[in-house]
Amino acid sequence: MDLLTFFMLAVPLVLFAAVVILHPSPVYSAMSLVVVMSFLALYFFFLDAHMLGWFQIIVYAGSIMVLFLFVIMLLNLQNDPQEHQQPSLRTASRIGGAVLIAELVFLFSRSSSSEKAAAELPEGFGTVVALSEKLFTDFLIPFEITSILLLIAAVGAVVLAKR
Amino acid sequence: MAEALARQLEDTLDPTSEVMSLQMGPSHPATHGTVKFNLKLDGEKILDMDVEIGYLHRGFEKMCEQRTWNHVVPYTDRLNYISPLINNAGFALAAERLLDIQAPERCQYIRMIMSEISRMADHFTCLGMAAAEAGAISVAFYGLEARETLFDIITAVTGARLTVSYARVGGVTQDLPEGFAERVRGAFKDIRAVMSDCDNLLSKNRIFIERMSGVGVLSKEDAISYGVTGPLLRASGVAYDVRKSDPYLFYDRVDFDVPTGTEGDNYDRFSVRFEEIRQSMRIIDQALDQIPEGPVRVDDPRISLPQKKDVYGNIEGLMNHFKLVIEGVKIPPGEVYQAVEGGNGELGFYLVSDGSGRPYRVRVRPPCFFGMAALGQMLKGYMISDIITTFGMVNMIGGECDR
Amino acid sequence: MIDIAISAILTVFILANIMNLGGLLLWVERKGSAILQDRIGANRAALLGKLPINIGIINTLVADPIKLFTKEDFVPPNADKFLHWMAPILAMVPALIAFIAIPFGDILVIGEREINLQAANLNVGILYILGMVSLGVYGVVLAGWASNSRWALLGGIRASAQMISYEIALGLALIGVVMTFGTLDLQEIARAQGHMIGGVLPGWGIFYQPVAFFIFLTAGIAESKRIPFDLPEAEAELISGYFTEYSGAKQATFMLVDFLESIIVAGLITTLFFGGWQVPFLMRDGLHLPGDIFYPLPSLLVTLVQHGAFVTKLAFFCWLQIMIRWTLPRFRYDQLINLGWKILLPIALANVLVTGLMILIFQA
Repeated sequence: MDLLTFFMLAVPLVLFAAVVILHPSPVYSAMSLVVVMSFLALYFFFLDAHMLGWFQIIVYAGSIMVLFLFVIMLLNLQNDPQEHQQPSLRTASRIGGAVLIAELVFLFSRSSSSEKAAAELPEGFGTVVALSEKLFTDFLIPFEITSILLLIAAVGAVVLAKR
Repeated sequence: MAEALARQLEDTLDPTSEVMSLQMGPSHPATHGTVKFNLKLDGEKILDMDVEIGYLHRGFEKMCEQRTWNHVVPYTDRLNYISPLINNAGFALAAERLLDIQAPERCQYIRMIMSEISRMADHFTCLGMAAAEAGAISVAFYGLEARETLFDIITAVTGARLTVSYARVGGVTQDLPEGFAERVRGAFKDIRAVMSDCDNLLSKNRIFIERMSGVGVLSKEDAISYGVTGPLLRASGVAYDVRKSDPYLFYDRVDFDVPTGTEGDNYDRFSVRFEEIRQSMRIIDQALDQIPEGPVRVDDPRISLPQKKDVYGNIEGLMNHFKLVIEGVKIPPGEVYQAVEGGNGELGFYLVSDGSGRPYRVRVRPPCFFGMAALGQMLKGYMISDIITTFGMVNMIGGECDR
Repeated sequence: MIDIAISAILTVFILANIMNLGGLLLWVERKGSAILQDRIGANRAALLGKLPINIGIINTLVADPIKLFTKEDFVPPNADKFLHWMAPILAMVPALIAFIAIPFGDILVIGEREINLQAANLNVGILYILGMVSLGVYGVVLAGWASNSRWALLGGIRASAQMISYEIALGLALIGVVMTFGTLDLQEIARAQGHMIGGVLPGWGIFYQPVAFFIFLTAGIAESKRIPFDLPEAEAELISGYFTEYSGAKQATFMLVDFLESIIVAGLITTLFFGGWQVPFLMRDGLHLPGDIFYPLPSLLVTLVQHGAFVTKLAFFCWLQIMIRWTLPRFRYDQLINLGWKILLPIALANVLVTGLMILIFQA
């Protein structure tokens, strides 16, 4: 992926990410997050990870964000009124954000990867076969643990909801 | 019970809870007959339901006081406009009881046959519309097609599809047309075919059964205390039918069953109506065999209009005609309550006469009024979709309920 | 350069055709339901005064769009204007472009050039279509929310829950098929169904994955929001559900999207379970009948016949969905969710397990 493509994707992505945080309406925030997810998927496509990109769209943009919207609509959330925000919370979040930015800047300045040439992709990179081989051989145990974790979470949610 | 209900209601009116209030109607696809439901919803669940009726109020009872007895008959057409012949018969029977006369035997049989044909039309409309609202629109058209064959017969007999005005005090307007019995029996063949189609498409359809069974349950005790009659009451397991318990016309001379349900849910209501169509066919079959020849009006110049040749040919006939049309049939003072089994239940006429040619008071007991009163009780705790099927099975007819 | 031009031409061909098919389906639905219900339907258009023949098709294809597109575009006063305007577009676009991954023929040979009859040859075609289908829900949900009407909101909520529930069954049914054919490329799947089982039975997906077919058909109809799964719009309950507050061209868009979605479902069923463009015994070089009888056929004719076969199968499954729509009553919300999660999902999971076992047994 060349620099031009990178920035063509990065600029709208960051802009929409900003909308997610700044827009007062929760529905607009959620929809902007959908756009952000789609741009991330585009990144995956340009990095030859097609399957990952589609899963990004199906799972995150297509399912999880729909659930977000569902909850927003079900609770009929209105625009976030200013007076509900606590001043102490705002200060804390500002400090936390500043620390995070500082951390990221520090990390990225240390690992300047621009000098290294892009690694050659192995044959069949990003295809279903390659991905599933990795998933079901090298990373079998983490994969299975993750699925059990998700299952526990789902069962737990049902139990809590039934209460 | 009532306290628990009140507490539950209070909870739902709490502004912090997530209760959505929704006004269904009066102009909503499912609220045919114009009615409004004020709903309190938790998601799709109905917490509380308030039924608002009266959108089709026309002042029927007051209007009747301004007209002669026979002029009331066209108004009764507009009560339950799907089965006007039953209303006609009910009103005429009540007036005849005040007069203390009996209509000729042939007339009584005609009224009985036509009442049953109307009842079938009524049930077909109700079942078809219930299917359409549940989504099976094709079945509704099959039901309407069957109704159409019945309406053709009604047109042949009375000259109108809906506003038949067939009954008169002391008789009916005209005799049956020629070949009536063959025509009816031929129509029954088509109707049986339609019914077997409906049976296959609905009664044996898993989706339809799940939509209907266990929904809108009304217990036997509740049904009685609400005063519900007709298929609704019979579905709750009470075999009350005016035709059996208080026979009018010649219902005691024919053999028929009163189908009842066990659960009191929508599926039972559906099955009861379905079975009543079959029973109506049985009644008509027997009545067609029993019907004698003879006059269709009482032979009494104080009650029946004279022959046209007398009206134009001699002064007595002309005078008689004038007096009857302008002043009306003179009914002796008194009061009477006459109930008939309408499509939706006990249709009662309470008439008071002061001896003039006009009714002093007419009061109608509309069967679906009581069903509508019980509707809120039937639906509490069910879902929005259940309103549609249950309301369809209550089969409110605006003209009858709001009068 | 020529490759891009060919791709563009194929894409335009596909889009134009399925838009037309969407309009035609509306007519088939009207006429088909009329025939089914013993009534006269869709015949109220007369060109040049009076024509004796029934030209209801012109009514549906010409008069109806003119009527719908010239109607007032009403936006409720308190609606979110931007999202109200965006929602039909968000519903339309994924439904339209999903079809480009479905192959509608084998290879068309013109001169030296071999053209793959598939607008976009994606090696993850199934994922692409699933992704588009899953994005399609936004139009519906936002339409429900932006209208600022409680009926629309209820429709939107129903739609989001329904479509997510059935996407899972849909995806799991597809996994069985993917395991059978070992690829996510729809053209490859169609090619893999060219052989004959035992020399007589076509090697179509339905004979390998019958359970998956029924799950897919059910879930597919649910995804396209048609009876018996049309709860988001359930006209008897929610007036028109999520598009209650829409009129004119926007409403027409939502109606068209319903048809486009059922075309996609029909296209996927055709491709995955009924051999796509495959015709039994017809290979690329000619007709191979049992008993080593061989009739060579020109390549162009074979391609055309195969394309015709695809269109016929597609039309059949569109028709089947319409007939189902006019026959069955609709579910209730809780029954629908129960069916999705408690019946279809376990069956689909079992199907995946059994498929895996079968593959192990037959490969060993």
